[in-house]
Amino acid sequence: MSTTHHPTVRGDASEAEHPPGAVPAVDVAGAAPVRHPLRWLSVLILAVLGTQLGHFLVTNPHFEWGTVGSYLGAQVIGQGIATTVELTAIAMLIGIAGGVLVAVGRMSDNRVLSSVCGAYVWFFRGVPVLVQLVFWYNLSALLPRISFGIPFGPEFASWHTNALITPLLAAILGLGLNEAAYMAEIVRGGLLGVDPGQTEAASALGMGRARLLRRVILPQAMRFIIPPTGSQVINMLKATSLVSVIALADLLYTVQSIYNRTFETIPLLIVACLWYLIMTSVLYVGQSFIERHYARGATRHAPQSFWSFALFRRAPAAERDATVSKEETR
Amino acid sequence: MIQDTSRPTGPKDTPADPPMVVARHVRKRFGHLEVLRGIDLEVRRGEVVVILGPSGSGKSTFLRCINHLERIDAGSIHVEGQLIGFRQAGGRVHHLRPREITRQRRDIGMVFQHFNLFPHQTALENVMEAPTGVLRVPKAEARKAATQLLTRVGLADKAACYPRQLSGGQQQRVAIARALAMEPKLMLFDEPTSALDPELVGEVLASMRDLAREGLTMLVVTHEVGFAKEVADRVVFMDGGQILESGRPQDVLDNPTHPRTRAFLRRFL
Ligand SMILES: Nc1ncnc2c1ncn2[C@@H]1O[C@H](COP(=O)(O)OP(=O)(O)OP(=O)(O)O)[C@@H](O)[C@H]1O
Ligand SMILES: [Mg+2]
Repeated sequence: MSTTHHPTVRGDASEAEHPPGAVPAVDVAGAAPVRHPLRWLSVLILAVLGTQLGHFLVTNPHFEWGTVGSYLGAQVIGQGIATTVELTAIAMLIGIAGGVLVAVGRMSDNRVLSSVCGAYVWFFRGVPVLVQLVFWYNLSALLPRISFGIPFGPEFASWHTNALITPLLAAILGLGLNEAAYMAEIVRGGLLGVDPGQTEAASALGMGRARLLRRVILPQAMRFIIPPTGSQVINMLKATSLVSVIALADLLYTVQSIYNRTFETIPLLIVACLWYLIMTSVLYVGQSFIERHYARGATRHAPQSFWSFALFRRAPAAERDATVSKEETR
Repeated sequence: MIQDTSRPTGPKDTPADPPMVVARHVRKRFGHLEVLRGIDLEVRRGEVVVILGPSGSGKSTFLRCINHLERIDAGSIHVEGQLIGFRQAGGRVHHLRPREITRQRRDIGMVFQHFNLFPHQTALENVMEAPTGVLRVPKAEARKAATQLLTRVGLADKAACYPRQLSGGQQQRVAIARALAMEPKLMLFDEPTSALDPELVGEVLASMRDLAREGLTMLVVTHEVGFAKEVADRVVFMDGGQILESGRPQDVLDNPTHPRTRAFLRRFL
């Protein structure tokens, strides 16, 4: 490596002058760093590509940035965003609550319960969510009336399926039940990730099952559960755009219905993209808050500050290396 | 090794005062592997019993049966006259409900080889968790007691540290303080120093020696023969799921009668 500079050698370094086994006197303070010519080349290439992209964005008239600007804050778009956010929140809540129940059911000693929960995960993960949405939407073709009662016995209440399953409910059911299957696997993985020694120690102290789960297992499992749940929320936010197929006026459906009239397809799709990016960025920041809360005691040092995390700053190397893995503490 | 003769509370056993632990013909199998093959052991109040034995002889399993972390298949274990894990009613034996088993464990402390501290809680919070959560001791009171316990194991200045910020020896001493916080009548130690660097073993053994002096009933699985000689009232040698030899430390350790005890001890000389 011709680019590597050797540290300055103080005094006479020729080996002949030293007795065998002795080493020359060296001070590595002020050593020249390793050069990275390839890094500079890649920066150069990226700079050229970036300039080209900027030129394309600015000079191509089809972007119609003026149109984008006029729709970005429009009220009708705001209504679509509200529907998207609402749908994401409700479907995610169903997904998390259902996921915890299914996960605990799968880990139960009761064989019947654990197989039923296993079958749930198998089915809802195995069928595409778009198919599930269309299925719920068309439920009336299968079941014209939904009734509540004892099979072959009296009926307590009954509804027309079409009146009951509105597009909104079909969307909530389709997205929420599908999400519960994924969340169940995430929660189960988190619970399994906690050292069984924790359960033993807590049991030996006389803690009951509920308390053990709440005070010892879940807080530790959260560290494994939060990051994938964060990506699930972001996925859900984007997956809600699928409901445009069942004519629910979310963000995507709203821009589609506008450009179907005005033919401003590209600018309106850009409006949708920008709003999806804004919403996922907010979620990303929120996730970092929650993650830091559950990082308590996970490393030898204080957790990285929120702003350095949010601004993509990396922790100093020494701090990262001090993160002690489970095995090391054994 | 200095023989400690200054122990104020030696083992005492009167007919009115039943033994702390009575294990009778305890059997336990995992699948086809019979791990405990008829264990009989009595531990008197205030007694320190050290269990020695080769790896896989069932020492840990036996300790775990005493607080019902493992369910025994046959025989019986009584702690303070109370049948562990089961109850007798109408001439039959019934399994206890989980809640009742949980109740029984409160009086039995356990210290593990790998400490098993709660990593998301500070040393102080680890010690306070069970008294506040299980016994419903008010926070301020529990904090005071926990601080005293940490002082007792020499870690008053580490109260605010998380387990990962502590050395192995310090973690194990916190684990001892955590078990003591429930004011157990019996303490089980499963190889408390085996996961420690040699220079950290001493501090943990010193804490345990103090507990023995204070008259706590202790059942200790360890390979520290020196500790056994100095602190134990009795040494028990286990192999193949059975107790082969039991007696005063000087007898079992210096003049073992069973050839397997002799073979085992030769490794420590
Ligand atoms: N949960 C379990 N399932 C199946 N086998 C087990 C289980 N726990 C222990 N065993 C087996 O039981 C035997 C006794 O184990 P135990 O841990 O009691 O030995 P030990 O005397 O404590 O050994 P060591 O000194 O290595 O800790 C071993 O052969 C072990 O593999
Ligand atoms: Mg063991």
